[in-house]
Amino acid sequence: MGRKLLLEHINVPGINTFEVYRQKGGYRAVEKVLRAMSPEDVVEEVKKSGLRGRGGAGFPTGMKWSFLAKPEGKPRYLVCNGDESEPGTFKDRYLMTHIPHALIEGMIVSSFALGANTSYIYVRGEMMPQIRILEKAIAEAKNAGFLGKNILGSGFDLELYVQPGGGAYICGEETALIESLEGKRGNPRIKPPFPAISGLYNCPTVVNNVESIAATVPIINDGGEEYAKIGLGRSTGTKLISASGNLNKPGVYEIELGVSVEEFLYSEEYCGGIANGKRLKAVVAGGSSVPILPANLILKTVNNEPRLMTYESLADGGFASGTMLGSGGFIAYDEDQCIVRNTWNFSRFYHHESCGQCSPCREGTGWMEKVLHRLEYGHGKLSDIDLLVDVSKKIEGNTICPLGDAAAWPVASAIRHFRDEFEWHVTNPQEAVSRNYGLAHYADPLPKLENVAAS
Amino acid sequence: MSDKVKVTIDGITIDVEAGTSILNAARQIGGDIVPPAMCYYSKLQGSGGKCRTCLVKVSKGSEKDPRPMPKLVASCRTTVMDGMEVQNITSPEVTEARKGVVEILLINHPLDCPVCDQAGECHLQDLSYEHGSEATRYEFERRTFDRIDIGDKIQLHMTRCILCYRCVYTADQITEQRVHGILGRGDAAEISTYIEKAIDNDFSGNVIDVCPVGALTDRTFRFKNRVWFTKPVDAHRDCPTCSGKVTLWYKGEDVIRVTARKDEYGEVEEFICNTCRFDTKKTSDWVIEGPRKINPHSVISANHYTQLMPPSVVRKNPALLEANKEQFERSTKL
Amino acid sequence: MLKISDTEEVIFSPELISKFNEIVARYPEGKQKSALLPVLHLVQAEYGWVSTPAMNKVADYLDIKPIEVYEVATFYTMFFLEPKGKYVLEVCRTGPCSIVGADKMMKYIEQKLGVKEGEVTEDGLFSWRGVECLAACGMAPVLQIGPDYTYYENLNEAKVDELIDSLRLKTVEKPQIN
Repeated sequence: MGRKLLLEHINVPGINTFEVYRQKGGYRAVEKVLRAMSPEDVVEEVKKSGLRGRGGAGFPTGMKWSFLAKPEGKPRYLVCNGDESEPGTFKDRYLMTHIPHALIEGMIVSSFALGANTSYIYVRGEMMPQIRILEKAIAEAKNAGFLGKNILGSGFDLELYVQPGGGAYICGEETALIESLEGKRGNPRIKPPFPAISGLYNCPTVVNNVESIAATVPIINDGGEEYAKIGLGRSTGTKLISASGNLNKPGVYEIELGVSVEEFLYSEEYCGGIANGKRLKAVVAGGSSVPILPANLILKTVNNEPRLMTYESLADGGFASGTMLGSGGFIAYDEDQCIVRNTWNFSRFYHHESCGQCSPCREGTGWMEKVLHRLEYGHGKLSDIDLLVDVSKKIEGNTICPLGDAAAWPVASAIRHFRDEFEWHVTNPQEAVSRNYGLAHYADPLPKLENVAAS
Repeated sequence: MSDKVKVTIDGITIDVEAGTSILNAARQIGGDIVPPAMCYYSKLQGSGGKCRTCLVKVSKGSEKDPRPMPKLVASCRTTVMDGMEVQNITSPEVTEARKGVVEILLINHPLDCPVCDQAGECHLQDLSYEHGSEATRYEFERRTFDRIDIGDKIQLHMTRCILCYRCVYTADQITEQRVHGILGRGDAAEISTYIEKAIDNDFSGNVIDVCPVGALTDRTFRFKNRVWFTKPVDAHRDCPTCSGKVTLWYKGEDVIRVTARKDEYGEVEEFICNTCRFDTKKTSDWVIEGPRKINPHSVISANHYTQLMPPSVVRKNPALLEANKEQFERSTKL
Repeated sequence: MLKISDTEEVIFSPELISKFNEIVARYPEGKQKSALLPVLHLVQAEYGWVSTPAMNKVADYLDIKPIEVYEVATFYTMFFLEPKGKYVLEVCRTGPCSIVGADKMMKYIEQKLGVKEGEVTEDGLFSWRGVECLAACGMAPVLQIGPDYTYYENLNEAKVDELIDSLRLKTVEKPQIN
């Protein structure tokens, strides 16, 4: 059994209440930082832990914190990004639902480290039940003296508020989230300036994912060095993985980074294998935005080494044969799934969610969706496949925010790895609307590298 | 330390004030190396960064940190650093990306230039001419909107809009009450007032001048003439509301349109009021300053002669030379 | 849900206003525009949708221009700008839900309610629409119903039947107080 840091007490009845959470050692981290540590010490611990942003980008949290500008006379803000909307990702919802005080405690610790006296938790509007849960948890914590003025007699004040979104994936982008929190359309800002210099209300701001903030609690309790011992290399600690798709046991799992993909997929401790006795065809490992990989490439790298659940191992091979850990949204596809249909579905998502501010994303996402729709429904042309690759290249890297890349990668990677399935949709249009391409060779063992080189 | 920084764009080095954007540094150099800008407008705070036509490659970040920037950057919103090296037309990557942006800007554009009042002074037309391809790869129905009159003077033709946001910034920054904005999202976003409402205040007409395409046009000029058949003349009057410095567009003896004076990048020099723009169309209302200088390469200059430069074939023939002189005098007479 | 036409004036109840006040107090002075999204949610919960007069009133209340409210309300997909059924079944249609039967579920709901996506049933009770990822992929297929946005997970036809029947019943049983 891997170590659990965030979900250790998840099965304790009543862990969603302050009382039980406290009995299980909750709010020790707050006591520790307020009584025995300086804000700089806290930042230092988080740096030592090697914690990387759990929202998708994987940027070291401690380093992000150290960039925060501290001009005199200006408030600083911590905003928690609970706008979880990346298809395949539902870990933050799980955490907020079942163990809300882990987030509240992390918010207090992190706000103290950053010198923020008002912090906001921005939660997507669709998660109204979670918003109510968090509001209740905040009231409980405040009642117990962990929020408000002069917390535990330390002189540190903190007010915590929950802000609902309104239904927009783009608000998961930190500057769009800030705009939304200011009561505006969720148009990402043009950077620089970065939020660390000028964020919410033009004040220095840090935006962190729910899981990243919750992870500061075990880091403070056990020390950054202890946290860094878990995991592998630069992928330290534990990570919540949202497992969905055609699995026997979909759900949220806390893994020690470094578990092999094969173990995660097939062991009884985690996903328990593919549902209905089917075979695995493909995996999207880190939320819909990351490149999709066929079964053989997700289980092994091109060097025929086992693929591990770490930032580095999943990215092994770059865009040619690798993917990304992203937000940990792990979607498994069985042999009956159609990759063309899935790619169209994802591109419809990005088309729907593009804010429309910059031209390549606004127009390009719709164009890709239309071409993919045509391919899926048997009206495509072979040239459409190259057209898609070209349009995706026109979007990628040329937009204001990463949504453009996120829309381009799934299309480009699906064509890269499943080109014959796309071509089959064009050459067998009748068949393509009535049946799926099937597993084909996508789970075949990878050829040995030497052989490829020799042939 | 001086406040000047050194920046090199396409191999041309210039010293500019610290804080200048790459685009404005390029404009100080001038010529072909100036990136096109569809959404940036120097007089509108916060504009720029959206259309992505001005993308450039920063091959050297600065003297201090010479690493290149990983992606192409919007030159209108990227500040120059001392020692920065930028590639615009010398980078195939940039020209390829720009071609892509133009193609994408055009996939939902109606290409109705033959019936568009903006034709001839349309930035999208210029951009497509310079960077576009002759055919489109887009094979789907184009997005259309109903044409609406916002007030009796301004027409909104949303189908032509490229969502540059300039008119929104204009309404925000130079008028008191903004009633139009961007509604909807993604490719369904549109400029609108939501409920039928006239845009009505002293400076509302300026949205026409800042619009880079034919989405916002002057209803008093609608279908009156092609701009290249009209003659621009600078004039001013003593206006209680604005500077009163305008360009009058003549057709024969008649003023058929009044606009603000625009510089070589299509930006107005000073915003003008609606009275000057819409209601002051008699020559006697104005003090005429002289012909408006328009870039000789512009289509607007096609029928205009500001100085007598007969081609060599005409110069050799005294009869032709005389006829040419006569025509010049006729056309330069106000 | 109150039936109000788009031109009818809206007057917010004192209870609603006091909820607004509570929200505005969360932000620094002068930043009351931040309250726009939570306020619009409250308006929609009260009236079932967000009408133009309601938006104008919100603009008044927050001391911002009406267009600023329209811009925001049309950007976010949760706000209904026209009347909908009392219960709007919002079915997730994105990837992970789609591969385990969301498309079939939407067809079933369409057939069961007898109205197309976005339309309202004759009794005014139901609307349905496909929405993008609801972040409940492990419990797919899933749908949500406002204004409290309860999630209904691991859907199948029987569960949809049960849900729709119970909502119908709930409406019938609810005592009418004048």
